[in-house]
Amino acid sequence: MTVLLWAEHDGRCLSPAVSRAVTAARQLDLSVHILVAGVSVDAIANEAAMLAGVEKVLYAPHPAFAHNLVEPIAALLAQCGRSCQAIVAAATAQGKAIMPRVAAALNIPQISDVTAILSANRFERPVYGGSLLQTVECAGPFVITTRPVSFVPTGTQKSAPIETLAIEATPSAVRFISASFSDTDITNARVVVAGGRGVASREGFSLISALAKKMGGAVGATRAAVDAGFALNEWQIGQSGCTIAPDIYIAIGISGAIQHIAGIRDAKCIAAINKDPQAPIFRIADIGLVGDLFTEVPKLLEELKKRGIG
Amino acid sequence: MKIILPVKRVADPNAAVKIRSDTSGVKVDIVRMSLNPFDEAAVEEAVRIKEHGGADEIVVVTIGPNAASDILRTALAMGADRAILVETDLQVQPLAVARILTRICEREKPDLILTGRQSSDNDNAQTGPMLAQMLGWSQSVGASQITLNERLVTVCCEVENGTQTLAVPLPAVITADLHLNQPRYVTLPALMKAKRKPIDIMSVGDFSVDLETPLATVALREPPSRALGIQVQNITQFLDKILTVQGAL
Repeated sequence: MTVLLWAEHDGRCLSPAVSRAVTAARQLDLSVHILVAGVSVDAIANEAAMLAGVEKVLYAPHPAFAHNLVEPIAALLAQCGRSCQAIVAAATAQGKAIMPRVAAALNIPQISDVTAILSANRFERPVYGGSLLQTVECAGPFVITTRPVSFVPTGTQKSAPIETLAIEATPSAVRFISASFSDTDITNARVVVAGGRGVASREGFSLISALAKKMGGAVGATRAAVDAGFALNEWQIGQSGCTIAPDIYIAIGISGAIQHIAGIRDAKCIAAINKDPQAPIFRIADIGLVGDLFTEVPKLLEELKKRGIG
Repeated sequence: MKIILPVKRVADPNAAVKIRSDTSGVKVDIVRMSLNPFDEAAVEEAVRIKEHGGADEIVVVTIGPNAASDILRTALAMGADRAILVETDLQVQPLAVARILTRICEREKPDLILTGRQSSDNDNAQTGPMLAQMLGWSQSVGASQITLNERLVTVCCEVENGTQTLAVPLPAVITADLHLNQPRYVTLPALMKAKRKPIDIMSVGDFSVDLETPLATVALREPPSRALGIQVQNITQFLDKILTVQGAL
């Protein structure tokens, strides 16, 4: 019995989330087959074949699969996954767009954003913005998306066999226009420095960026800061932004709303600076400093400089 | 141009939810319920499209208990024209929700379906794309900006570390991110006026959709709490403690 995994990529290399999804898939006690779809992506198929635990790569070269356009990829996954016990993808933006279509096409349930695989058909996942964990059991075939930060990357292996599929694909009616990305990958950064509404302005956010840069980390923000126009959308962390698990998370001028905590709960060390000693962030921070960020952050930059860091 | 808005009644996201003693679910009887904030963004967007002359009719639909007419009234007060309540006290899974909505859409024949990216209680983010698949329509998920031009919608969506812009032809399902807009406050006069707008009440049994599901929630728990943190007095101590995190900087 097999599990089919969708290998997300950007045309050049596999998404880091794929390796983590393979770790999850391996916990299902099924043969892992991985599907690579795209245009001129043999190198990616080769990369996928060397992920530890993968038994076979299904390679589907076709122009319809460019730009991760949803409808053709979903149709392909449904076609290839029809007799599988499980179909898996990382719960990235694209995974979330594609997988429910696969579930609907095959009339099987989907379990989204799995954070732990308790057995071959029992999963744990966050609900209520991450304030609770739900255990779900499924009888029969299913689709799951796995939360990247909850699984470690799988190792490497000698190349598994690659089978090229002869497929016909209907191109999507949706047209890709453009994409723009920030320079740092917040979901894989080991250090994240984030600002909240307390940062009060876009200029204030330059302090956050400076600190992130000095610490070799990525910039993050709360929804409040993004909505107020101080921070970019792609910096947002929380229930409607991204979930991260860095080694160090520094929360500056962040009160600690439930929806934001949902995104940082798995950080190894949470350090917070806030002028309000009652701010909820201090209830989950490992290190807390009550103070005005406009005084403390420059002091921190100075201290880092003194110690020759960054 | 007709827009359909599938919406959900959820526990207010700012309320702390408590688990029932049998751990089978959450105590919804004591918590305030409201319109799913992601769906609220979708409703706001639809109303703005109508205000700009891009749509003639906005229909809001929900599957839920009789009390869910409260969120329908909110949507009507925001500017929707009429509402449909498919009444049930059961927890309906996304696959069945999408099937019921498919039947409704086959009858209503909308041009655009706008709904929240996910519901703030279950966070599944499935109903929108499932509905698009069942209708055989194009989709765009997690929209932070929507521009309608005749039968083509330019959608900017959030992706990992950035945004993607797509041209989506109608008919389509678009799901809203919270960044899409800032929903308007519902004023008391608007709520009063909305009482005159029709809510069509149907039963989930009218749809001959199989509500049985192979999925079962077997437990609910709070995430493990972190050990109590420490307060430091100054930036030097702050940095000292951070640097003790192994292999950090």
